[in-house]
Amino acid sequence: MKHDLVKQARSAGEHLYHFHGGLRLRHNKKISCQIPVEKTPLATRYYVPLLQQSGREAEPLVSAGQKVLKGDSLGCFDHFGGGHVHAPTSGSVSAIASHPISHPSGDDGRCVVIRPDGLDQWRELEPVENWEHADPSELRRIIRESGIVGLGGAVFPTGFKVDRASDHAIHTLILNGSECEPYISCDEMLMREQPDAIILGARILQKAVGASRVVIAIEDQMGVVNTALTSAVKTSGAENIDVIKVTTIYPEGGEKQLIKVLTGVEVPSGGRPTDLGLLCQNVATATAVTRAVLEGKPLVERIVTVTGSGVRKPRNLLAQIGTPISNLIDQCGGYAPDAARLILGGPMMGYALASDSNPVIKAANCILVLTEDDIQPPQPEMPCIRCGECARVCPAILLPQALNSSIRSELWEDATELGLADCIECGCCDFVCPSHIPLVDWFRFGKAKLRSLKVEREQAEAARERFEAREIRLERVKRERKQRIANKKAAMQSDREKQQKIAAAIERVRSRKGEDS
Amino acid sequence: MLTAIILITLLGSIFGLGLGWAAGKFKVASDPVVDQIDSVLPQTQCGQCNYPGCRPYAEAIASGEAEINQCPPGGEAGIKALADLLGVEPTPLNPENGKEKPKAVAVIDEQTCIGCTLCIQACPVDAIVGAAKLMHTVIEAECTGCDLCLPPCPVDCIDMVVKAPEVSEWTWPRPLAGNT
Repeated sequence: MKHDLVKQARSAGEHLYHFHGGLRLRHNKKISCQIPVEKTPLATRYYVPLLQQSGREAEPLVSAGQKVLKGDSLGCFDHFGGGHVHAPTSGSVSAIASHPISHPSGDDGRCVVIRPDGLDQWRELEPVENWEHADPSELRRIIRESGIVGLGGAVFPTGFKVDRASDHAIHTLILNGSECEPYISCDEMLMREQPDAIILGARILQKAVGASRVVIAIEDQMGVVNTALTSAVKTSGAENIDVIKVTTIYPEGGEKQLIKVLTGVEVPSGGRPTDLGLLCQNVATATAVTRAVLEGKPLVERIVTVTGSGVRKPRNLLAQIGTPISNLIDQCGGYAPDAARLILGGPMMGYALASDSNPVIKAANCILVLTEDDIQPPQPEMPCIRCGECARVCPAILLPQALNSSIRSELWEDATELGLADCIECGCCDFVCPSHIPLVDWFRFGKAKLRSLKVEREQAEAARERFEAREIRLERVKRERKQRIANKKAAMQSDREKQQKIAAAIERVRSRKGEDS
Repeated sequence: MLTAIILITLLGSIFGLGLGWAAGKFKVASDPVVDQIDSVLPQTQCGQCNYPGCRPYAEAIASGEAEINQCPPGGEAGIKALADLLGVEPTPLNPENGKEKPKAVAVIDEQTCIGCTLCIQACPVDAIVGAAKLMHTVIEAECTGCDLCLPPCPVDCIDMVVKAPEVSEWTWPRPLAGNT
């Protein structure tokens, strides 16, 4: 069975399929694609959050007052195979302080605050001279240490993903350029302007995991991108790289949805694309790989779309990680007078930020500023009328209405069975619900709860094992002590017997002597 | 008629033998009910239920000796899970056994610790390391927060600390409930 799926997955891109559900949304991308990407000028302060990727915060490796060069490691992660967060420019560390970190919680977190010296001087770079002859494990090491994460928004460490993929027989690398969420155009601009870097990154990744083919998926509405990429493939002379146009239906850029569209195969629930011999990476991640390997530069910048009707000149900017968002807004001509809400990410999956003093993070693909007119007034939540619209649009083929009721009643086993863990939080069900039920909020809560229940269960299991081990040990110690006492007693007993024997012998001798005399 | 009797007798004996064989082959060594109850309990091993650990309490519940509302670390959620499992009505936590508290971990003030090893002996999950006349410390990840190390400490140098969650541990909260 699995063999058949892998076989079908090999034919990725030869024939296009449909995934279940999805929505055709207004694109709103053109407004930010009018002018080329521009680099943000040096900021006066950089706030680099130590929480940059899925998992825990990094441990800081620098201290206040220390001088750093651009690309120096500021902190290292102790999970997902390690990895680092790097200095976005040269200067001095003014503090490691609590500051807003562009997190959905709205909470502050630890940030390395850098005061730039204005030189923007790189550390000593160690580019790979001849990557085509480099060892794949060496390429993977560079990817791991360059702080590269999935730049599509999930920020899962690429090094860990690639390391894990290298244990599987990967046949096809899928580069995801199908940026499906409205307003976001950072990948589109990247593909237009740096197609060569993407193709190179694709080839390096291909070598790092031993894939024989590369499929680059783009949306059918990206006309210019197709020509740019196709000619870049031609000039690179690489074989087995195909550019495939997929139909623009939100969320076709989701990893599992894209795989379904390209291969017709569903990634099994709880499984990973690597099980099918596929590895999926974002196009921006591929360029970060190119920079890391060919120039020796770690990931310290990314393209960010600054858009929405609340900003005067929407555009894409190449921003250093840690730059305050207010700097980006200023570069785009500032806020429109009726700007009302600042969102990190797109309109479907993004979250609101409390202030523009939040820094650019690795996950920041888009900064969306909405006006009062864009924001629908919150509608009162009405009872579910079982219309089934949510199930019709769900790209993960779940039953949102059933999930909703099981989560509200905290029936976690039911929710698990209904496949809560497979929800990708795309927001389609929310969008179509005529009763305005905040379904995704419930699913996010439910998913978090399932995870914490699992952790609690594992901890309880570990505690039980330790308790049982201790009981066994105490039992053994008790037995051993008893044994020791018994042995001692026996020894004493035999001592006494010996002494009695000696005494008896002496007595005998004495009495004999007495007889003799 | 005769065929029917022979057939039924034959079938009966075949099934009987089969069941007899299966009873021996698939014999369950321990009581599955106790195992199930034990798997619902939080494994804090704190003894607040008046039994020396979670498993003895599970055995007491299974034999009908103990109520299901004697476990403060499990709290309301634990009682509900036990009630679901055993098909009885949930009852509020018995205040005699204690109150439901947020999970804490023991922290030893290492300046004050005199290295008496009494807490090490008290810890039900071996989460304290140290040796006689040497400083002791708690393995945070293994501590179940049972409070059992507090009473034996002669210098009162152990505190139960509720850890503030880090940003990375933040999770989406329960939405404000509206209609269903």
